[in-house]
Amino acid sequence: MWQIDEDALVSISIGAGILGTGGGGNPYIGMLRARELVREHGPVDVLDLDELPDDSRVICVGGMGAPTVGVEKVRGTESYRAVRAIEKHTGERATALISGEIGGSNSLEPLIPAALARLPVVDGDGMGRAFPELQMTTFFIYGIPPTPSAVCDEKGNTAIIEDAVSPTWVERMARAVTIVMGCAPVFAFAPMSAADVRRTAIPGTLSLAKSLGEAVRRAQREKGDPVEAILTTVPGRVLFQGKIVDVERRTTEGFARGRVTIDGMGDDAGAQLVVDFQNENLVAHRDGALIVTVPDLICIVDAERGEPITTELLRYGFRVSVLGFPAPPLLKTPEALAVVGPEAFGYEAAYVPLEPRATP
Amino acid sequence: MRVGVDVGGTNTDAVLMAGRRVVSKEKTATTPDVTTGVVRALEGVLAGGEGQPLQKGIQAVMLGTTHFMNALLEGRGLARTAVLRLCGPSTRLLPPFCDWPDELRAALGGHLRLLPGGHEFDGREISSFDDDAVRDALRDALANGVETVALSGVFSPVNPAHESRAAELIRQEWPDIPVTLSSEIGRIGLLERENAAALNAALSRIAARTVEAIRGALADMGLAVPVFFSQNDGTLMDAEYAARYPVLAMSSGPTNSMRGAAFLAGIENAVVVDVGGTSTDVGILVQGFPRAASTAVKLAEVRTNFRMPDLISIALGGGSIVRRDPLAIGPSSVGARITDEAIVFGGATLTATDLAVAAGRALIGEPARARALDPDLVERGLAEVRRRVEEAVDRVKLSAEPLPLVLVGGGSLLLGDRLAGASEVVRPEHAEVANAIGAAIAQVGGEVEKVYSLERVGRLEALAAAKQEAVARATEAGAQPGRVEVVEVEEVPLTYLPGNATRIRVKAVGELGQD
Repeated sequence: MWQIDEDALVSISIGAGILGTGGGGNPYIGMLRARELVREHGPVDVLDLDELPDDSRVICVGGMGAPTVGVEKVRGTESYRAVRAIEKHTGERATALISGEIGGSNSLEPLIPAALARLPVVDGDGMGRAFPELQMTTFFIYGIPPTPSAVCDEKGNTAIIEDAVSPTWVERMARAVTIVMGCAPVFAFAPMSAADVRRTAIPGTLSLAKSLGEAVRRAQREKGDPVEAILTTVPGRVLFQGKIVDVERRTTEGFARGRVTIDGMGDDAGAQLVVDFQNENLVAHRDGALIVTVPDLICIVDAERGEPITTELLRYGFRVSVLGFPAPPLLKTPEALAVVGPEAFGYEAAYVPLEPRATP
Repeated sequence: MRVGVDVGGTNTDAVLMAGRRVVSKEKTATTPDVTTGVVRALEGVLAGGEGQPLQKGIQAVMLGTTHFMNALLEGRGLARTAVLRLCGPSTRLLPPFCDWPDELRAALGGHLRLLPGGHEFDGREISSFDDDAVRDALRDALANGVETVALSGVFSPVNPAHESRAAELIRQEWPDIPVTLSSEIGRIGLLERENAAALNAALSRIAARTVEAIRGALADMGLAVPVFFSQNDGTLMDAEYAARYPVLAMSSGPTNSMRGAAFLAGIENAVVVDVGGTSTDVGILVQGFPRAASTAVKLAEVRTNFRMPDLISIALGGGSIVRRDPLAIGPSSVGARITDEAIVFGGATLTATDLAVAAGRALIGEPARARALDPDLVERGLAEVRRRVEEAVDRVKLSAEPLPLVLVGGGSLLLGDRLAGASEVVRPEHAEVANAIGAAIAQVGGEVEKVYSLERVGRLEALAAAKQEAVARATEAGAQPGRVEVVEVEEVPLTYLPGNATRIRVKAVGELGQD
């Protein structure tokens, strides 16, 4: 067991930005919110999957709605009420909380009810990165029922979704309620047993986000190489180094889609990398050849500072390093690839797992 | 004729212009009270003109100043400020001042109140406005020694109704208390916009005093003309407006410098490179205005979101210290001590200027002293300077298309006349007072940014409403009514929101009215 204090929050928010693979929303507001509660109620305990007591009841928590609304109508402690609403509905108290998505702002949402209810959070999540849709969590891929789920707004309104024929239907119904509530509610869902969580959650991702953030902060402080610091923290490789020469964007069906073209520099001089994104980075082609696809992680970071650059901030002229990390094993099974593999995003390519660089 | 004045941290520059022509220019030291330096610079340009008192021919005086920024950085003269947030049950977990440095928060007093009100993204009320709650909050604030008030409402850029009602109520009952409305200075992003409003309110006393003192001094000189201040975006606001919105003048120095440089070069779309003694600023002008930064900007460690010019600063200038093995230039610099420490001035420190002199690009100090430098070192050093500037130039551009490059600043001798990414390199005359010229040539602008639900109002109607408001704001800021032009329209569809929500931003500019 370890604890999340104020300093750990800062590291996690940086690490969660890297694991957001270009999407997932800015964790800054989430960091501030969790910090207020940690200051008031003390640090939050974090449990490994192995440390979860067998009779645990774990509830998953995250924000719903539009990121631009979340920076204006800043969320509060609604997720505490959402957890309580599920408890009331099922008649069972939650004993721990978990994030559905470690990449970006949702990594920190469970800390809000955890600090208030003095519950631990689980060191893990349902994506190991960020994905654009709710049904892409490993909880649902591996058969956890998404209901009952609760949507709560800041005014005191709560809606319970009692039953849904599929996770996609939960997403549809919750979205309708989200709009009425003013587009920044929170969502609690998928009450799970300890066995469920051990079977379906991606383990160790909060620790990973914290270590990544710490490595980047240390490298910045000591004027070291943050990219190297990232790669010594998590197995992966530098896919490409270069300069952004074009960013093409279009918004369709509620997603920010597009592609970024990078001209190689240094060892990659003369080559070109193209990364396609839909909120998150999806696939990378080097000189026309596919080299990485979802679910493996493609992260574009500032070449000097090592800080992640989200898709909306990509711009001509940036010097970047493109990093690739193998997806966690739970995202690479046939069941998972059917939902989060390249074909699920409309690419005809088969998934070829990325190999991390050889350890020196 | 117009007079442009730039009050920097070190120098106060003035320039007298007749149309596009520079009649006279003057550089003096900035004084702690600001006004004395301004008067000296003005006396300089008026006397240095064409042998006769020029007061009569002056139509307007335009000032650009970093004075308010310095006041903020030094925590000097800040008013005790209350932030009243109209939010109802929303946003309460993160109250005003929640991410401020302790010292600055203490300087403002940190008084705050969360009040009923606020709106949703589509303009619906979160909760209804409560007159008595506002009055009660004001009485409490005043009892706590508060001198100024900042109002912030959730989604006030979409619907400013609650902020406006609160301001009206306060002005009726407490007319002496300056009030800042967040919707008038910032964009979507509650905390950042509220921070900008609070900083503005805190500066409003010092701004009012400074503006009043300068107007008084000008009147004493016989200059009974309108006085304008430069804004961060390169447009002007009249003196009353500047006294109310000092944060809008905060970053006008670099903006004026860029605009002045491009004006002198006669180019509207250009990269401007300003090479100083310690650092080099690189920015980009689009249709004569600096491109705005797209990310949050920190002022005195406080996150804000009003529009600031997008500049890249690199630690490289005429005084940058050169190390040989391995070759490195900067970030440390001899700065103002260059005339003692550089090799060409008989010193012992190898600086970037020494390399330029050795290469024959400039005649400074005693060029003979630089001749002993290893030619290979000189060549590699200047190549490194060029590489770093070229990289910064490439970063500020939005495409690979070459653009004209305007080169100004005391350190511009470090660079040759060919740079990658530049279609040509222009070194204009009078560049040493480019910032005062930037102030003198400024137009008046107004800007609006709002989210519209196009299902409710229709796209053309929404665009028309936004344009009308931008034009009204430009006119309110002093532009000639009926002669304001819309120069920028930006539409961003927010597809994840219902009702075909779209963010529309419009900027309008016009020539100053002459009354």
